[in-house]
Amino acid sequence: MAIPDETGTALSIRNLTVSYHNQPVLWDIDLDIPSGVMAGIVGPNGAGKSTLIKSLLGLVPTLSGDVAVYGRPYAKQRKRIGYVPQRSSVDWDFPTTALDVVTMGLYGRLGWLKRPGRKERREALEALDMVSMGDFADRQISQLSGGQQQRVFLARALVQQADIYFLDEPMAGVDATTERAIVDILRRLRDEGKTLIVVHHDLQTVRTYFDWLLLLNVQVIASGEASDTFTIDNLRKAYGGQIALLNDTDALMFPASKVVR
Amino acid sequence: MQWSLLLNDYTFQNVIVGASLLGMISGALGTFAVLRRQSLLGDAISHAALPGICLGFIISGGRSMGSIMLGALTTGALAALVMLALTRMSRLKTDAALGICLSVFFAVGIVLLTYLQGTNNASQGGLEAFLFGQAAATLRSDLWLMGSITLGALLLLAALWKQAKLVTFDAEYARTLGIPATFIEALLTVMVTLAVVVGLQMVGVVLMAAMIVAPAAAARQWSRHLGSMVVLAAGFGVVSGITGATISTLSRGLATGPLIILTASAIVIVSLAIAPQRGLLWGVLKHYRQKWTLHKQQMLYTMYKWQLANASSHTRSQAQGLLWPRLALLRLYREGFLAREHSDRSYSGWSLTKSGITEAQRLTAVLEGKIQ
Repeated sequence: MAIPDETGTALSIRNLTVSYHNQPVLWDIDLDIPSGVMAGIVGPNGAGKSTLIKSLLGLVPTLSGDVAVYGRPYAKQRKRIGYVPQRSSVDWDFPTTALDVVTMGLYGRLGWLKRPGRKERREALEALDMVSMGDFADRQISQLSGGQQQRVFLARALVQQADIYFLDEPMAGVDATTERAIVDILRRLRDEGKTLIVVHHDLQTVRTYFDWLLLLNVQVIASGEASDTFTIDNLRKAYGGQIALLNDTDALMFPASKVVR
Repeated sequence: MQWSLLLNDYTFQNVIVGASLLGMISGALGTFAVLRRQSLLGDAISHAALPGICLGFIISGGRSMGSIMLGALTTGALAALVMLALTRMSRLKTDAALGICLSVFFAVGIVLLTYLQGTNNASQGGLEAFLFGQAAATLRSDLWLMGSITLGALLLLAALWKQAKLVTFDAEYARTLGIPATFIEALLTVMVTLAVVVGLQMVGVVLMAAMIVAPAAAARQWSRHLGSMVVLAAGFGVVSGITGATISTLSRGLATGPLIILTASAIVIVSLAIAPQRGLLWGVLKHYRQKWTLHKQQMLYTMYKWQLANASSHTRSQAQGLLWPRLALLRLYREGFLAREHSDRSYSGWSLTKSGITEAQRLTAVLEGKIQ
């Protein structure tokens, strides 16, 4: 399935505009994300980071714009895309097990009437093992910790064997160990040639995690290689006055609070 | 003897079968309504069935169950769809949209009902029975209708099982997989109307909401999977239906519908109280058990540290007067972690036994491992 197209562009967005009650949430987004990168989407609250992902996935109606996945329209490439929504977007008190949630990732492939069988169960177990959650397969999802729930969501996307993964704040509200584990998995995927597009909120780790970056605040502020894009000028433009405190570039680039490997 | 007479009674048979069918369908479909946080949707739909009942009567010109059910189905589904559209397209929140739908449709229903009563049409008599149900009036032909609706709804649910499950758990994700989530959501909502229609004759439009919510709420307490929750909810529905109908028949003159609802509510209360893991009682017990374990561990830890610090083999209990520490000491003594010390025939305190020391060292290791 993983046939990178000739241009090397995983995702290309043209003139994407999204509005909510007459208020533009995303304005004229033009963007090309190359194949095989771990791309971060960074911006202040209300910048439209999650909305961007959701509009690409067709979950939010758009006013205008075209989205191409490996050169073809999204609707035709659905099977090549995996999505990890925000953990808080579902009710974890649903009566089901971790394994069952992961199996849900295969429902699209199964078609209308076919039920998941032994093969699907095995695939789901493999995906759980990949996120080191194999021992929790039969655990009620309400009894999982936040970090474990996030891993289950990740496994549910992994089982789809997609080429592009959209992740909405996968590191929100998880402890440092889980964050490291998630990042390791994402890096492994990238090294296999997958494209990862991650909404991220922690500026301190941007440089360590991502090799490609989109700074977003309703419009595209800057995009490209992380090392070129993650500059103090661009951050000022994206965050406005809020970033003024972070004058010291070094404090931004080499955060003291996190252990850099 | 009385039981065999009862079981051969035509009315009783009808009521039992009808109540079971109602329990089955409302339990199964109610599960999805409850998990989708649309418990009150059943309330709006059932109230909205009233204008449909009256319209069905007007159009068919008589009290034919088929047209009445069809009418109820139409207005009930219409109310559900209006409600979905209101929440999606306007800024109204779900509760407000629900309230509006419920009262507007019910008001129209009452207006139509009083209009019909004013026309002096003899056959309209008893139309108001659909407000609170009139189980005893159930006919065999009604049962066939109710049975086919129940069977149809359950088959549809079984066929679209995985879509229904995924959409209920995570509708947005379902959409990214290419599952028509909006359609499935609308279908699950409209199917609640089918349950309402089956319940018209048994419990009536006013109390129907409880039949949607109660069995599902009780079943949630006992189940770990969606499948078992649906089966259990249907089972609870059947049990409340049969129990309510039996009590009503034996007691002569007590209304069947409300008794069914009360039985279902009793099941809910018991489930909320004693269900393992999720029940209140379970929670309280667990809390106290954990507290007690912690108490003992803390006692052991403290004594161990004290012995280390004082290089003495035994300690005098400092907590003679307090109940909990003394209980903890006694329990530790019985478990063989402590020994009583006697010197000069007088009681002098407690000392850790060998296994007590080992246990204390284990605890210390765990504790310090966690702290550092």
